[in-house]
Amino acid sequence: MSKLSRRGMLKLTAASLSLTALPVAGFAADIDELVIAYNVNLPSWDPTVGTSAVNPTIQGIFQSVFDLFIAQNTDLSQAPGLITDWGWNDDNTKVHMTVREGVTWHDGSAFGPEDVVWSLERAANETSGNPIQFIWSTIGNFEIDGNRITADVLRFEPTLFKWMSFLTGYVLPKAYYEKVGAEGFEAAPIGTGPYMVDKFERNAFVRLKANDAYWGGAPEFKSVTIKFVTDAAARVAEVESGNAHVTLEMPYEEYDRLNGSKLAGVAAPVSDIGMVFFNDIEVMTDPNVRKAAVMAVNKQAIVDRLLSGYGVPIDTLQAPGYSAYDASVSTPYDPDGAKALLAESGYSTDNPVRFKIQTTRGFKPKDYEIIQAIVGLWRRVGIEAEIEVYEVAKHFELRAADQLAPAAFYNWGNSIGDPTTSTGFAMFGPSPHSVWDGEDLTAMIGPLWGEADEAKRIDGWKAVDRHIAENALVLPLFQYVQPVLHAKGVTVVPHASGALLPALMTRS
Amino acid sequence: MTLLKRALAQLCTTAITLFGVAIVVFFVVRVVPGNPIAMMLPPGASAEDISRLEALYGLDKSILHQFVIWLGGAVQGDLGTSITTRQPVLELVLSRLPATLELSMMALVIAVAIGGVLALTGTRMRGTRVEGAIDVGNGMALSVPDFLWGLVLILAFGVLWPIFHISGRASPTLDFEFATKFYLFESVLRLRFDVWLDLVSHMFMPALALAIPLAAIIAQLLKQSLKETMHLDYVTLARTKGYGENSVILREALPNAILPTLTLVGVQFTFLIGGTVIIERLFSYEGLGNMAIDAVINRDLPLIQGIVILFALIFTAVNLVVDLSYAALNPRLRHG
Repeated sequence: MSKLSRRGMLKLTAASLSLTALPVAGFAADIDELVIAYNVNLPSWDPTVGTSAVNPTIQGIFQSVFDLFIAQNTDLSQAPGLITDWGWNDDNTKVHMTVREGVTWHDGSAFGPEDVVWSLERAANETSGNPIQFIWSTIGNFEIDGNRITADVLRFEPTLFKWMSFLTGYVLPKAYYEKVGAEGFEAAPIGTGPYMVDKFERNAFVRLKANDAYWGGAPEFKSVTIKFVTDAAARVAEVESGNAHVTLEMPYEEYDRLNGSKLAGVAAPVSDIGMVFFNDIEVMTDPNVRKAAVMAVNKQAIVDRLLSGYGVPIDTLQAPGYSAYDASVSTPYDPDGAKALLAESGYSTDNPVRFKIQTTRGFKPKDYEIIQAIVGLWRRVGIEAEIEVYEVAKHFELRAADQLAPAAFYNWGNSIGDPTTSTGFAMFGPSPHSVWDGEDLTAMIGPLWGEADEAKRIDGWKAVDRHIAENALVLPLFQYVQPVLHAKGVTVVPHASGALLPALMTRS
Repeated sequence: MTLLKRALAQLCTTAITLFGVAIVVFFVVRVVPGNPIAMMLPPGASAEDISRLEALYGLDKSILHQFVIWLGGAVQGDLGTSITTRQPVLELVLSRLPATLELSMMALVIAVAIGGVLALTGTRMRGTRVEGAIDVGNGMALSVPDFLWGLVLILAFGVLWPIFHISGRASPTLDFEFATKFYLFESVLRLRFDVWLDLVSHMFMPALALAIPLAAIIAQLLKQSLKETMHLDYVTLARTKGYGENSVILREALPNAILPTLTLVGVQFTFLIGGTVIIERLFSYEGLGNMAIDAVINRDLPLIQGIVILFALIFTAVNLVVDLSYAALNPRLRHG
């Protein structure tokens, strides 16, 4: 029996390492198959139920496979999708929708208005588990005439059609779903989207292949693999090593280090803002304290120093590009003004006003550090805030129970850019998401929910935002910028909703 | 006490332990802050919407009532349905268990190999700078947590010298349909060495990160045992018979010195499985640990319970095997 010499062992080891290296090297050289290192897992393929249905980060994957009722442009405006025309009748008692013709499902079967009606009825069903059921249930009694659908308005909801480009607003295949059931659909989902599911390993990856028959045009990359890499350091390593071509949501310092050298990058504002809720309890009932807390915060300095300049300071809960954004509303940085206001209420740096501020740590980029900076700025004018760190799950629970501290940091996404889904739900007292219970604000907002005149509705929300800013009912901080790193051979088009869409990626 | 009686007693203890774990985990996950319904509440949800969702997920009942329902299902093998994936919990956790077990076993093999070689080298070169270097290396390996080793490995072998895969369990481009989720073992049985190599390339870094601290423990303990054994009379006798130092260590000292290390390895295996939680997350490895973190983030209560129960089952099973093996090998314990 021959013995393995030390030299032979070394040769064998080197050969083994070379073999293991082969797939990696081949991967990096061949860009025909686009690989994306994604920051979250995909728990479920049903985009209309459960926690994943309302997780904004996952929507990019859903939108690759399924189509929204109404498509959305990269600037959040709506565009004809599976529904090409939509609207209300004159007295807002009926809605009408025209369904696109010539569309097929991924299994080759024909898409039609029955699929739209079934998807809407399923979404409106109380037992379906759709968290947005309260919106979908505002219409019913559907009728189909050719490719035109009409329905009765059961409760007028001016944002109904906007929701058709938002969470759970997806069209699912009626016949296929009824044939395979929920479990079968989970195992082999089909949609009408630009990509078809080729292979899915839960918590590992999803491999997509191009839907060449896509009504919007076949996507450029014929094969896309989305790897779920939840750790930011590992995601950066994936693109740096060439194992992946695109990744998102990395520390801004890493983005700056790699952008322009080995890789290219795109960093664009997305429909997500950082803000501090004020709860109208304890000292926050004092307008001087609230106004001083807003005036004392230098948002631009926070963006520049903590977010490396990747952020857009905001003064209302509307970011630039949202329907009710009003650049004329501003709350300038004024530490002297803040001191004066606090002095009116008997507070000073020697006798500071004290309250608690809650924040997450690591949930959003530099969240804890931002609050530390704000507390430091407050201290200079006479506000002594104690920081309490909690998990985001606790934030949700406390907010729903109206038990947040006097101040609490959070981020608020709004990928349809409508004021109802930002100011509305964040500040309307009866909403489970609001902790501000002021009756004056509730009275201002109340009539806007059902306002049918769109211009009047938007003007109304602008007035609400102005009122909120003037009375410092909340502390808006900045609009987030989403960093995306990619190989130089790929062009990535950012979407203002924050969804990373492979269908928008092309070869450079 | 006979071995059979001992085994039965241990099984009873195991059942009680699992029941205790079930109670603790069930109530703790419902007491800690974070409500799964609050997590999925959309903007604009009313109190009625909240009540509807709570009823849908069975969270509208008292905690005791929920526990009775869950326990009734659990004894029949139904651990409930995951809130986030809407899949049966048992199916989900069993589909992930093989990945975690394979990773843990690979880490164990690496730890034993590295620890064993270091211990033997340290013993052979005792009193020299080599032994000193091994001791310093052991100290470093023990003082740096495994996730930090993971980051070092990603930088070294994922970025600077990219020879191993950074994330996942297998390459998405690789097509294979196996009957079980024990991919590593099944790839060998099916002679799919391309798959095996790909799996190893994915598992090597997380397994090494897990193995490094354990290797240091094994090296220290085994080296100490070997050094003690080397002073015993029968080893001296072997030397006087003219055996070389290598033979003395390997043939005479090692068989006796290795017993305490083997016991330690059994116990450490359970800690190794616990350590996979962070490492699997770092390397996006599709095992139970990675799933556990997602379950906690999403407050997926049924899934958290299922994972904890499975971890507890593994821990108690491994301890049971270690205890029974020890009893079988030790006549004093075997015969009471």
